[in-house]
Amino acid sequence: MMRSRSRLVMQGFLPACLLWFALASPAFAQGAGLLLNAPAGATACSGCHGASGSALPVLSTLTAAQIEDAMVAFSSGARDATLMNRIAKGFSADEIRAIAQWIAAQSGASK
Amino acid sequence: MTGPITRRSALGGLAAATLFAPAVLAQAKPRVIVIGGGFGGATCARNLHRLGMAVTLIEENAVYTSCPFSNLVLHGSRDIGAQQFTYEAIAREGVEIVAMRAQGVDGDARRVLLSDGRTLAYDRLVLSPGIDVNFDALPGYDSAAADIMPHAWKAGAQTLLLRRQLEAMPDGGVFVMSVPANPYRCPPGPYERASLIAHYLKTQKPKSKLIMLDAKDVFSKQRLFLDAWKALYSDILEYVPLASGGKTTEIDAKSMTVVTEFGRHKADVANVIPPQRAGAIAQAAGALDRSGWCPIDPVTFESKLRPNIHVIGDAAIAGAMPKSAFAANAQAKACAQAIALLTSGKAPGEPKLINTCYSLVAPDYGISVAGVYQPGKGIFVDVQGAGGVSPIGAAPDVRALEAQYAHDWFKITTAEVFG
Ligand SMILES: Cc1cc2nc3c(=O)[nH]c(=O)nc-3n(C[C@H](O)[C@H](O)[C@H](O)COP(=O)(O)OP(=O)(O)OC[C@H]3O[C@@H](n4cnc5c(N)ncnc54)[C@H](O)[C@@H]3O)c2cc1C
Repeated sequence: MMRSRSRLVMQGFLPACLLWFALASPAFAQGAGLLLNAPAGATACSGCHGASGSALPVLSTLTAAQIEDAMVAFSSGARDATLMNRIAKGFSADEIRAIAQWIAAQSGASK
Repeated sequence: MTGPITRRSALGGLAAATLFAPAVLAQAKPRVIVIGGGFGGATCARNLHRLGMAVTLIEENAVYTSCPFSNLVLHGSRDIGAQQFTYEAIAREGVEIVAMRAQGVDGDARRVLLSDGRTLAYDRLVLSPGIDVNFDALPGYDSAAADIMPHAWKAGAQTLLLRRQLEAMPDGGVFVMSVPANPYRCPPGPYERASLIAHYLKTQKPKSKLIMLDAKDVFSKQRLFLDAWKALYSDILEYVPLASGGKTTEIDAKSMTVVTEFGRHKADVANVIPPQRAGAIAQAAGALDRSGWCPIDPVTFESKLRPNIHVIGDAAIAGAMPKSAFAANAQAKACAQAIALLTSGKAPGEPKLINTCYSLVAPDYGISVAGVYQPGKGIFVDVQGAGGVSPIGAAPDVRALEAQYAHDWFKITTAEVFG
């Protein structure tokens, strides 16, 4: 009984928690909200695309349109790649757009 | 017990009351415990924390030693220190680190038992314990035998032991490798290892031989590896597939012999990569099925056997997704998101996951395999038309670029996980 009650409390409290964080720290809430609502596939990108100082492209300096155009070109074969062509083919045009917008919003949030 | 009426009234009253009590709110964050601070667990802990959970990461080692790139340590061109990471940055971010072994899990009481006898309560538990070597699976190969014929499939002391043995081996010696059947951690890993050891032998001990005994006929990036071996290591490396008697049936550590279906191979140095299973805590939690691995729901990563327990990384049965650090990291982020949605009463959407594994065939010769996955048939299936391996017969500059990308992937991923 104790346990199930505490879980109810947890489930009810999260939105309130986020609200509290929104008051306490807007940056935190924005970051958490972005993560919570990341579109399918989007969080995987940061496994390879990070800060500068590597041969792998940095995404945080690109706009959503630039990321989307590049992914569409990789997917169609219009643009050559060692690897991104193989990955881009796994996503629909809508998925690519959602991911591109999310990445751009995220780098905006952390700037 | 959790009828809808109770739920609604409990939520309404408590949520309203606590808007004015931030201290109570902070306590009320969902408590998530993560067991295992490797590529899966450390990533998941960080993301859960960023999503507003109260997170405890239980990891028995103070220093993590990465398997990816440990084949370069065997090759002699990389220091083991470059493989090692601490949990300081993760702790600074606000994840509670418990540097201890998790001994047991009481799924009904939702508590984890620590090796010092303490117990910790959770709302949700994430298991990312990686693999254990299955010392019951290969006759003659127990932990004492592993001190003589190392597996080096968990990086650290075993890696250094195998490197010392390789260094001490005289020119003209015989290095024998034994490779298991699927599934096991890092499908292309044994072939990368054979390549880099062959490269070391070719450049340092050219009269030596490497005999690779494989329990399979088909393996990851096969054509690319075989082409490269023919071009680079044909005098050194002899590959024996299942069809030619490559399956190891027994190990005799006293005589340094690997026994196969077709014969006996005496070694100067032997690397036995044995069959594996999910880390022991997965069994203690009741999340293991008879295969030795953990069946999961591909949308939430929740165990199909135990509620409120999620399994990611090597320990999970992920269908088409390989047991790789890249996959563990990608699963960890999707799992954290799913847990945050579940604890706030929302249904997680279907994830799409990616894997990329680079292998070095020589220090400046990289090849890759990639895949995109989605839930299907209750596991992860390949997204059709995506994924695949590096082109056959590509020019040396493409191979060199992929070798560079391999290094960059390691740097960026380990920064995301531990930095
Ligand atoms: C030679 C080799 C090369 C590889 N190369 C690559 C590569 O290039 N790219 C790639 O993507 N993958 C590679 N891999 C695979 C990669 O190492 C694994 O897939 C990855 O480590 C899996 O992550 P994980 O979180 O599941 O497990 P791990 O990273 O093994 O982490 C598990 C952690 O849990 C801890 N733990 C376990 N049980 C307990 C307990 N009861 N209590 C407390 N702590 C516990 C362990 O100490 C460990 O730190 C390679 C593997 C090998 C062997």
